[in-house]
Amino acid sequence: MQSRSWLLRPFSERSTQLFIGVLLAALALVTVLHLAVPAGHPLNVTAYTVNLFGKYLSYALLAVAVDLVWGYLGILSLGHGAFFALGGYAMGMYLMRQIGDRGTYGDPVLPDFMVFLNWESLPWYWQGFDMAWFAFAMVLLAPGALALVFGWLAFRSRVTGVYLSIITQAMTFALMLAFFRNEMGFGGNNGLTDFRDILGFSLRNDATRLGLFIATGVALALGYVICRAIVVSKLGRVCVATRDAEARTRFLGYRVERFQLFVFVISAMLAGVAGALYVPQVGIINPSEFEPIFSIEIVLWVALGGRATLYGAVIGAILVNYAKTVFTGVMPDAWLFALGALFVLVTVFLPRGVAGLLAYRFKRQRRSSDDTATPQEASA
Amino acid sequence: MRNFPLPWSTTAQGGAVHADEVRIRTPWVLLMALAVSLLGLAHAPSTLAQDAEAVVLLEALDVDDYAAKGEAIDAIVSSDDERARDWLQALLDGRLQRTDDGRFVVVLDNRGRDWPVENALTGEALGEMSRRELERIGINNALRNQLRSALAVVDLYSPDLERRRASAERLLGEVDDDLSGPLAEVIEEATDDRVRERLSLALAIHRLEQGELEAVAELEGSLHPEVRVALNRAAQGDDPVLATSAGEALRGIEQTLKLNRAAETLYFGLSMGSVLVLAAIGLAITFGVMGVINMAHGELIMLGAYTTWAVQQLLPGQPGLALILSIPAGFLVSALAGVAIERGVIQFLKGRPLETLLATFGVSLILQQLVRTVISPQNRTVVTPEWMSGSLAVNDALSLTLNRMAVLGFALLVFVGLMLVMRRTRLGLEVRAVTQNRAMARSMGIRATRVDILTFALGSGVAGLAGVALSQLTNVGPNLGQNYIIDSFMVVVFGGVGNLWGTLVAGLSLGVINQVLEPWAGAVLAKIIVLVFIILFIQKRPRGLFPQKGRAAEG
Amino acid sequence: MSLLRSLADRDRVFDFLVPAASPVDVRHGPILYLEDVTVSFDGFKAIDGLDLTIDDGELRCIIGPNGAGKTTMMDIITGKTRPDTGKVWFGSRHDLLAMNEPEIASLGIGRKFQKPTVFEALSVFENLELAMAADKRILPTLMACLTGEVRDRIDEVLATIGLAGLRHRPAGILSHGQKQWLEIGMLLMQRPRLLLVDEPVAGMTEQEMERTAELLTGLAGAGKQSVVVVEHDMGFVRSIARQVTVLHQGSVLAEGSMDRISHDPKVIEVYLGAEEAA
Repeated sequence: MQSRSWLLRPFSERSTQLFIGVLLAALALVTVLHLAVPAGHPLNVTAYTVNLFGKYLSYALLAVAVDLVWGYLGILSLGHGAFFALGGYAMGMYLMRQIGDRGTYGDPVLPDFMVFLNWESLPWYWQGFDMAWFAFAMVLLAPGALALVFGWLAFRSRVTGVYLSIITQAMTFALMLAFFRNEMGFGGNNGLTDFRDILGFSLRNDATRLGLFIATGVALALGYVICRAIVVSKLGRVCVATRDAEARTRFLGYRVERFQLFVFVISAMLAGVAGALYVPQVGIINPSEFEPIFSIEIVLWVALGGRATLYGAVIGAILVNYAKTVFTGVMPDAWLFALGALFVLVTVFLPRGVAGLLAYRFKRQRRSSDDTATPQEASA
Repeated sequence: MRNFPLPWSTTAQGGAVHADEVRIRTPWVLLMALAVSLLGLAHAPSTLAQDAEAVVLLEALDVDDYAAKGEAIDAIVSSDDERARDWLQALLDGRLQRTDDGRFVVVLDNRGRDWPVENALTGEALGEMSRRELERIGINNALRNQLRSALAVVDLYSPDLERRRASAERLLGEVDDDLSGPLAEVIEEATDDRVRERLSLALAIHRLEQGELEAVAELEGSLHPEVRVALNRAAQGDDPVLATSAGEALRGIEQTLKLNRAAETLYFGLSMGSVLVLAAIGLAITFGVMGVINMAHGELIMLGAYTTWAVQQLLPGQPGLALILSIPAGFLVSALAGVAIERGVIQFLKGRPLETLLATFGVSLILQQLVRTVISPQNRTVVTPEWMSGSLAVNDALSLTLNRMAVLGFALLVFVGLMLVMRRTRLGLEVRAVTQNRAMARSMGIRATRVDILTFALGSGVAGLAGVALSQLTNVGPNLGQNYIIDSFMVVVFGGVGNLWGTLVAGLSLGVINQVLEPWAGAVLAKIIVLVFIILFIQKRPRGLFPQKGRAAEG
Repeated sequence: MSLLRSLADRDRVFDFLVPAASPVDVRHGPILYLEDVTVSFDGFKAIDGLDLTIDDGELRCIIGPNGAGKTTMMDIITGKTRPDTGKVWFGSRHDLLAMNEPEIASLGIGRKFQKPTVFEALSVFENLELAMAADKRILPTLMACLTGEVRDRIDEVLATIGLAGLRHRPAGILSHGQKQWLEIGMLLMQRPRLLLVDEPVAGMTEQEMERTAELLTGLAGAGKQSVVVVEHDMGFVRSIARQVTVLHQGSVLAEGSMDRISHDPKVIEVYLGAEEAA
């Protein structure tokens, strides 16, 4: 049953096979409906919709990252929006440098907002972002480094539970304030925008958008497999053990804070990738991604989909964001009511989320034993 | 894609007046003005004789020669006409004007297209006039100075003490040779200490400007900016003896000023801290007792603020009474809302603190949107009663705003009240018991559920009180609560959960730290620094400044 | 600045820097040695000048009235609580006061808590798997896979604690007594040199108690584990104890065989008196 290589283990699970299968089929279906069905046909998927789906998929990857730490490690991070945004900013910086001299002011090196602020030269931390490989590495390293420093400080002092939630929230709030400052050199209020092309492909091109959508789908599949591989490994069981009885795990000889840190950093990197894929598809990154409310909303996606299942996080992210698209189009005022009610109803009546409902149905049909972790009611 | 209003952004307020409204109003206003002026003419004969003299005085002003105008001003000053002061003031402000038909009027408000005016002689309102019908009596800078001095002297003899004081205040740095003589007389006659002190200071400045060395000694220790200006000028002057002596006096003053500035920073810090304490202390109670994070706490603060607004709407014209009534009303409204949240949501999530956090966050979204939909997405202004506006001048460099002082006092009062409730009442005892060890308290017959409800009502009610206080300092809007929630958490965590003293110390010190940092870091950076500081602090002392110790807390 | 210093102090960031735990040195006698240990909470002295020596392979019972400091003593040995003064040595090589919980655990000191804590979401099998002595660093844990050897070891322990039939059930559904055994089983998987067992039979039935007594006496022995049992139940203590230590108000009141202890007038006064009379 167990494969030799830890990364390939999830492929022997039926749930992963099903998830990857559905995801790839959906990607293929959207691609076909977009390319092969003529425009105007009821089955045609427009470029706009492809773009929208791409956005949902990057949110889904973000939700998977949050589920990894919340579902399996019991860490309710209210700071994943920050990791997402950092990945997004890294990508945004790359895209800004790609504009070259086509900006409003025509400066070959400086982005428009720097010219506007009368900056003489590129700040040191903008160096290197003209190279794709460097920028893509920073997509992983910037959120990873923040998570490493923050997590190391927090976990070694055994800051857990609601305390950790509060200080992660404070972290993202502080970053938001910082990124709003023009002096930070990230475009302040307006953020980074007016992107032209990525890796030489024009972002205004429908084909590029389709490519980004597919890339996001593939990234989601990879992220899912990585998380799943962690979860089904012995390390995943250590995580669950930490979640349910941290002190006990410590007495067994596991350095709990390092396991927490390891998983936290991986999760932050995945969030960064999600952000990096999100930015070229929406065409802008600004400090509002650091808003505390966004980070809490991500947790809601996971809660709605079902904690500690990973695929539940994907379902939740897509459901909530689809609902948001519909609501804000039809009656924008009602959306916050709906979102607020969703928070209350899910936590009170649906603690296991949609996935919990599905699992309950399946279990009635066959008592499966291959699910390693079931979500706990208690979350201390 | 997200369309939440940002917590820091203030909603743009529409201020545009519809153009057609103005167009329709204009002829009607003109008619009104005409009618009023006719009425004024009808009254005219009875006061005509008395006003003949006055007209002559005013006519003398309407000449092209500025020197002649100066003489005319002197004539008005010595005329003993009781309207003289208003004329001079209006002349100084450029509001003394003449209509097309030669009448003298005082413009009451010279903004906009049509100005409300009154007859300069009779004081009768003449309605609104177009600016094209009016011609201003111009003055130059020399006249302006003359007018100021003249006004000051006129005012120094005013029967109104406040006016005498204000006038003495204005004379600092304005005294010239012409004035110094009369002023010395006024000082002799002055009955009020403050008037005398100010005038002596004003004379001393004048004497310093004349190069008198003894004047420096008199100016020493005064913190008034005019004194500093005068000393500064003297210190850079040609007379070396005077310059050294003035320089020394200046250094002494700078030293005192530094202390005053520190005191001011401290005051602002304590004021900000008191707001934090008010906002956080209710949270400290609910979090400490129930281990529950109530993300809707900020919205309970907001409800308190809106209650103040609503009570003021019910009692128009009595902002003071309304504010006092708002205190129990705000407490009640927020306490009831808190109980509703506890019964409706939190009680179902016992032992699941993280889920509680999420659910109450949902409640906070609903409450915010509710206020936006039912009342308005725009800010509401709450009137500050007269006895709370203005400021208390400690000395010339330091004045403490009364509303902030009132909030500071209120915060301390609420704190003491809560301390008494916790220490002296049965509820307090039960609350402390449940905080220490819920299971044990329950087994000793304390009804933990009842304690939960009452604690939550208490904590929420205090949030309401915070809202009442905040309405006196900031605008009341749907985002009011959001702005304080993270800060409140920081205060509670910094101070140590379940410890009211900790909350007080943490709130006040965070306020002061923020104010100390602000001058050199800027408001936003100061805030970031404080947040980072707390994040680092929690790593070092995860249980805050004043942690609960012992076995129960370890569990 | 103290923060910076502590940042520099903590050189335990990288797994590969940590030396593999060196074996405990018991050539010079005792496996556990406590000298003049004192700890106080808010002025209350929970432990006051405690001296205690446990020999290799010994089975020791520690009794004492509530508040005598039994649990605090365990906390100190396992690194959960730092004493204000005193020495705590494991063998003659390891100063336990200089180590943290996982380090102490990997030296071979296993602890069973008063309240049984097993990982309820994981199966009985997985509980034992996690407890097993293995390379507990991150990457080895991530890549670990179940070898036949590991399975055999787990099966062996499952048989010892009598839970073989429940191996794939989540630990959350076990009865109280079964959880206690599972926890002892988890300790056995660690192959500890010293077992600290806190009230193992609280809430157990007669049969379960007998079974536990067998289990514990079977564990102790020269070259195998040393076992320290903290227990309230005198009958149970009598059934397993060779050496008994009585704690009172944070220090040792008496030490010796069960017979000697039960006739010691001081002990009778503070503790046994009430119980024997009942």
